[in-house]
Amino acid sequence: MQLYLPIAEISVNAFLILGLGGIVGFLSGMFGVGGGFLITPLLFFIGVPPAVAVATGANQVVASSISGVLAQLRRKGVDFQMGGVLLAGGIVGSAIGVWVFRLMTKAGQVDLFVQLSYVLFLGLIGALMFQESLRSFLRSRQAGGAPVRRSHVHSWVHGLPIKMKFRASGLYISVIPPLLIGAAVGFLAAIMGVGGGFIMVPAMIYLLGMPTKVVIGTSLFQIIFVTAFTTVMHAVTSQTVDMLLALLLILGGVVGAQIGARVGMRLKAEQLRILLSLLVLAVALRIAVDLLVTPSELYSVAAGVLP
Amino acid sequence: MIRLIAVLMLAALAGPAGPAGADETIVAGMSQNRVSITADFDGSEILIYGAVKRETPPPGNRGPLEVIVTVEGPSTPVTVRRKARVAGIWVNNASVTVDSAPSFYAVATTGPLDHILSDTDNLRYGITIERVIRAVGITDEAEKAGEFLLGLLRVRTNEGRYRILQGKVELTEETLFRTDVILPANLTEGEYKVRLFLLRDKRVIASQERVIGVRKEGLERFIFNLAQEQPLVYGLISLVLAAAAGWGASAAFRLARA
Repeated sequence: MQLYLPIAEISVNAFLILGLGGIVGFLSGMFGVGGGFLITPLLFFIGVPPAVAVATGANQVVASSISGVLAQLRRKGVDFQMGGVLLAGGIVGSAIGVWVFRLMTKAGQVDLFVQLSYVLFLGLIGALMFQESLRSFLRSRQAGGAPVRRSHVHSWVHGLPIKMKFRASGLYISVIPPLLIGAAVGFLAAIMGVGGGFIMVPAMIYLLGMPTKVVIGTSLFQIIFVTAFTTVMHAVTSQTVDMLLALLLILGGVVGAQIGARVGMRLKAEQLRILLSLLVLAVALRIAVDLLVTPSELYSVAAGVLP
Repeated sequence: MIRLIAVLMLAALAGPAGPAGADETIVAGMSQNRVSITADFDGSEILIYGAVKRETPPPGNRGPLEVIVTVEGPSTPVTVRRKARVAGIWVNNASVTVDSAPSFYAVATTGPLDHILSDTDNLRYGITIERVIRAVGITDEAEKAGEFLLGLLRVRTNEGRYRILQGKVELTEETLFRTDVILPANLTEGEYKVRLFLLRDKRVIASQERVIGVRKEGLERFIFNLAQEQPLVYGLISLVLAAAAGWGASAAFRLARA
């Protein structure tokens, strides 16, 4: 069934979009990530203009994060204080990101900018995650038991001023690192159309020393608001949110997420992390290849509006 | 008023028909004069047909009658960018701005264009796509500006936006003609100008112009207008939809587990 998307101004197969949403939902349910980093490149691939893909991707992440955070709330896995601080940084980062995105669109470099961000961040995070999870996987095999992890590491992060008590996380640290992490994630959300969970989760564990129990819930809580803000910002500044496209992605995504979550429960945490890191690396590689291989068409055309 | 303008335009167009061809004129029709982009829009095929009206028998001393039909979508300025390898990766590093290029352009003819149309009349009436694109002064913007124009033509031809349909106009007994023009699914809204030309001896002897209105309708119209006119409301509605879907999924999941 062909469906004409009113904002992207292309005609797509509705089942293809539902399927795409479903596959990404399946993976995000299995790994506990928003899936924005998969949705946005896949949308580029089927011909959705980059600006529309990024803005609509953000809208889709809102839905999957709400679905996820409700489950975490029941497990008391959300630190609202930490979420609030991350959010404050996130809003600032997102506003800067939307502004940079507009500048890059004008300069005709938005594709390159988005692609480079993907290669850089996904490649880096994927490689770190792969290395870490492979090591703990091997260790758990050798020792036959769970790896020993220090729950609280003192580092330079804990020496900064303006300290605040985060009860649910059991932390007493400066608000500066969470603010900066929030801002970085908000910036990425705006330019990459992602939630940023794949950056925030490791940052919370390794930089802030938050307990794993509250990490996913808090990250999802913050992501809801940052991506919601990003969606509205893109809708207002460049009218690039395609409601119909988002709705199809969301419908496919929520169904896929339920199935994915059930499959995910059957796998071990280390196996999941290795699979996720391989997936992240594969996406980064795929985009890197596009940048390195000689394109079949050197010219591109961007229609302007009549003055 | 609109009708009066249309009549005047037709009169003006019939004007340059030339003395020899004044007795052959076009009577034309189209299968539809509006195209609605609705949710299930997947391109549209327009039948353009017509007849040659004459008071006297066709002149025997002149070349055969030929017909050219053009369909032109709304024009916008476009930026053409070229990629080049910089530090190992491919980036856009040169661009030119073309003043005006149509978003869609199809030329259907009864025969090969260079056999039925002279360069002077092509220039005068702006029939082939090269004559329709306005690119004044791009030579100042970049060296080899012509390559950017070729790039533009190639990209849009590959997208199905620019089409040359040589020999696709059927002409019967130098009187009746018809052609089908396929409008692609990636259509831009606006007025599509249909021009019909009669030619003899590579010269235009009569022409006529029609308009097809392409508009988003129904849900598409509503969503597009809302996004343009009430962007804040639109953004908030998108969020509410996303929130409802996310909450609904969570609730359904809980029910399914219980």
